[in-house]
Amino acid sequence: MAFLQQFALLLALLIVFSTSCKAATLEVDSVEVGHNYSSKSSATEKTSTSTNDSTDGHAPSVISTLPIVTWKWHHVETPYLVALWILTCWLCKLVCELNHSVTSVFPESGLLIMLGFILGGIVWGADKAQTFKLIPTNFFYYLLPQIILDASYCMPNKLFFSNLGAILIHAIIGTCWNAGTVGIALWACYEGGAMGNLNIGPLQFLLFGALISAVDPVAVIAVFEEVHVNEVLYILVFGESLLNDGVTVVLYNVFDAFVSLGGPKINAAEIIKGIVSFFVVAFGGSFLGVVFAILISMLTRITKNVQVIEAGFIIVLGYLSYLTAEMLSLSAILSITFCGVCCQKYINANMDEKSVTTLRYTLKVMANGSETMIFVFLGVSAIDKNIWVWNTGFILLTIFFVVIFRFIGVFFLNWILNQSRLIPIDITDQFVMAYGGLRGAVAYGLAAILDEKKIPEKNLMLGTTLIVVYFTVILQGITMKPLVQWLKVKKATHSDLTLNGKMNNRAFEHILTAMEDICGRMGDNWWTRHWNYFEDKYVCWLLLKSDARKHKDPIFGAFHKLNLEDATKYVTEGERKGSLDFIRNYDSASVDFKKKLALEYGDITPYITADMSEYDFGIDNVPVTSVMKNPIPSVSLDIHEQDRKSMPDDLSAHHLLAQHLYKSRRDNRPTYSRSHYNTSENPDEMQEIFQRTMRSRLEPFKSAKMGVNPAKKLSKHPKKDSTHKPNGKPADPHRTHPYGDEDFEFSADSASSSEIAGNFHRRSTNTPGAGVDNPAFIPEMDTSPPMRNPPWQTETGNNTAVAPSQRAQGRLPWTPTNLRHLAPLRMSTRSTDSFVMADASLDEEAPEEKPGTHHTRL
Amino acid sequence: MGSTNSTLLKIPNVEVLMQETGFSPAHIIRLHDRFKALDKEGRGHLCPQDFGAIKELAMNPIGDRIIGAFFSPGKEMVDFHTFVKILAHFRPVDKDRPKEPNSPELINSRSNKLKFAFQLYDQDKDGKISRDELLKVLRAMLGMQVTEEQLESIADRTIQEADLDRDDAISFEEFRKSLEKVNIDHKMSIRFLR
Repeated sequence: MAFLQQFALLLALLIVFSTSCKAATLEVDSVEVGHNYSSKSSATEKTSTSTNDSTDGHAPSVISTLPIVTWKWHHVETPYLVALWILTCWLCKLVCELNHSVTSVFPESGLLIMLGFILGGIVWGADKAQTFKLIPTNFFYYLLPQIILDASYCMPNKLFFSNLGAILIHAIIGTCWNAGTVGIALWACYEGGAMGNLNIGPLQFLLFGALISAVDPVAVIAVFEEVHVNEVLYILVFGESLLNDGVTVVLYNVFDAFVSLGGPKINAAEIIKGIVSFFVVAFGGSFLGVVFAILISMLTRITKNVQVIEAGFIIVLGYLSYLTAEMLSLSAILSITFCGVCCQKYINANMDEKSVTTLRYTLKVMANGSETMIFVFLGVSAIDKNIWVWNTGFILLTIFFVVIFRFIGVFFLNWILNQSRLIPIDITDQFVMAYGGLRGAVAYGLAAILDEKKIPEKNLMLGTTLIVVYFTVILQGITMKPLVQWLKVKKATHSDLTLNGKMNNRAFEHILTAMEDICGRMGDNWWTRHWNYFEDKYVCWLLLKSDARKHKDPIFGAFHKLNLEDATKYVTEGERKGSLDFIRNYDSASVDFKKKLALEYGDITPYITADMSEYDFGIDNVPVTSVMKNPIPSVSLDIHEQDRKSMPDDLSAHHLLAQHLYKSRRDNRPTYSRSHYNTSENPDEMQEIFQRTMRSRLEPFKSAKMGVNPAKKLSKHPKKDSTHKPNGKPADPHRTHPYGDEDFEFSADSASSSEIAGNFHRRSTNTPGAGVDNPAFIPEMDTSPPMRNPPWQTETGNNTAVAPSQRAQGRLPWTPTNLRHLAPLRMSTRSTDSFVMADASLDEEAPEEKPGTHHTRL
Repeated sequence: MGSTNSTLLKIPNVEVLMQETGFSPAHIIRLHDRFKALDKEGRGHLCPQDFGAIKELAMNPIGDRIIGAFFSPGKEMVDFHTFVKILAHFRPVDKDRPKEPNSPELINSRSNKLKFAFQLYDQDKDGKISRDELLKVLRAMLGMQVTEEQLESIADRTIQEADLDRDDAISFEEFRKSLEKVNIDHKMSIRFLR
């Protein structure tokens, strides 16, 4: 009932909206009769605004007195209508989504079309003519590109390329088959007298067949996303629908050219030209897309300084790839598709994580928005009696042939494909694939741009296309879900990201390639491997930032992601417990820790016990748990050390204050900056408290450490440095940039502590959820611009610093691995294990390092 | 067909071999040709050196382990039967093959495929992947991209994920569980062996 109420309310709202527009529209109509309002056009409708300005009766040229406010509808008319319609369409989507029991039966796309009918009816009722409809120009230039770009950018890359053969066969051969057979069959029926007297020749029928054979990605995505079929089926349907749009448009253009040429002029040469142009247009478009993908990837190598608009580059360049292809009369859809698919891997690695998220969301907003508008307008456009020319025979036969030939084509092509596929496509999958051949807005758009001079029966074709669209989207869309359930089509299995999975995948790949080598035959893995080799050697060099290159390993990526997850979980867990007790009860924990160490490893190696005794001096008042569990305390230790050495004593007082006074967020920097993200713009109160607690816990530890053997550490430092120079690398200059290197920096070979501090500072910017390092609580110098260039970062290479040991640096990011087990005060024995083992190996080469390292780490 | 039969006849116990592995005569012949090509000295068996001579295999980071999998411990040679049986692990599972209730488990079953992968990790054959063993494989596969510390942490993490009984090692059972959701039939099959 609530739903109905809301619905009624919304309808009322819509009516109010549309009548207000209507009033204005009618007014304009009186000035300029018959002017057609585009739905969304902004650029194409400029003329209307300008002409209206001149003929405007509202703004008198001579004014007698100063008007306080004036009514300037005509100034804003076009953009206003556009915005209003966007709002209306999105509100429709909102209405659709209000009630889940409805959306679980009807696909959203179908509901939107039906709401479009209602809206169209309202407009019709007010205007007695359809003043708003989907104009092909708007559709192809302003609504479609972002949908395709989003779909291709979010395409599961590996899956797509591993099934590319099947997708291409379905997209190219399948579409040609559909176009040809539907056209010819319809013509044959026409000749047989099934549809009365029509003014359509065989070529026109073929043209119609071409436009009606486009499986629409928009409709397919909308329906299949709700169904969750298995990933191979999904990629086949989805990839096919995406690519065959391009193919359809090409085919359409070829046939359109034939129609313009006229029947008698078509000879063998022209047909061959048509075929050649088909391939040139299709592959040229794809190639152009790849070129743009390379451009985008190269551009993102250097956009880190303009991070705010980084995501915008991708969208604009993607759009440009579409327009460029259109300009060169290549396939624009294929161009933007391949652009998105090819560049995603590299730009995701090159760009900052935030930009990637931004891009994802922006694309999603744009794509979903225009998808909604397309469906609504498919409905609105139907309420127009001008386009309806009814011919039962033609319409019914079209629907029949479209469905039948789709089935035949899909089954036949799959049968061929199955001969050589490792995992054959199931018969049920094939059925769903054929049934998922939904027609959509692309077909409508193509039908709408038919030239009435060349094709006298344009309106019949347009109407039939609309009916086919409604039939497939609404009827097949509704029945899709029950069908999938009834046929027991394998559903998508959601699998968690695990290191085991990633690692074993890698191992399996190696095993398979090895086996293929042993068998001495070139298999699938041969191609994969050689592409990987080529990619590693050349492509990555060209397209990836140097540090992104380092981290692109999938196993490593999985590791990184899991660590981030854990860090988030850790904080959430702590927050859930509320009191942060889990950090505080370190007494028992430290005892526990020591006991465990002693129990488990005391008997193994003598030097471990030596280690134990060495760090025993401070253990009692050190919150071992907190340090053990969280890497950040050790980081803050580093920071403190740096600070301490770099500043005179009076500043340490400042430090003390800075740490123990609760800092107001307002005091030190503007919360809004136009060109930069503030790294911790939403300082969660919990996090701040958490941070503060951690730091105060660490205070005694630090002082103990500093107090006990500072001299020793200072003296050993040069030696340590020399020991580690060979595998350490000097701090890159660019690293000091706060945004320079936003990748989760795991580099353990960094030699200077300043660098590691920098790394961690940056890391914290990446993991706001981890709640680890709120910059508000990093003690900072008054002079330096806050957070942009903290002092510990600028003073690189100062070797008098008490640097944490190299191992400690390497280990820091390690610690979160334990977090999984931290829930109820569980010390990971594994962690100590690895500590000990690492120590054992390193102790041999640098025994004097021990105390320091233990402190830094433990 | 004549040459097919004559080649097949040269292989002893070819019927049993086909029965066990499920390979067709064409496959057996192709593999036999390959076997002879690898066996340069014509001894009728292969040594590790013969495998080492395959150029691409030498580039494979875990190539030596895979070669090792062909040789049972202590032996330095592999005959044609064993060779085919090892390769039979990678034959795709055919779904339409009638499943006899009490037939022995096929070589290319899921668990056999997994066992093959498992033994590549488990070099000391104690039925467990220890941390060290895992570390060695990881080091080979990840190469120079990550540091030793990172490798160790990845190894720790991997063990933690799979380790159900907390013995700091992955048993075969745990290994199988950790890969429960992975489509092994797909990932451990070679198309041309179908």
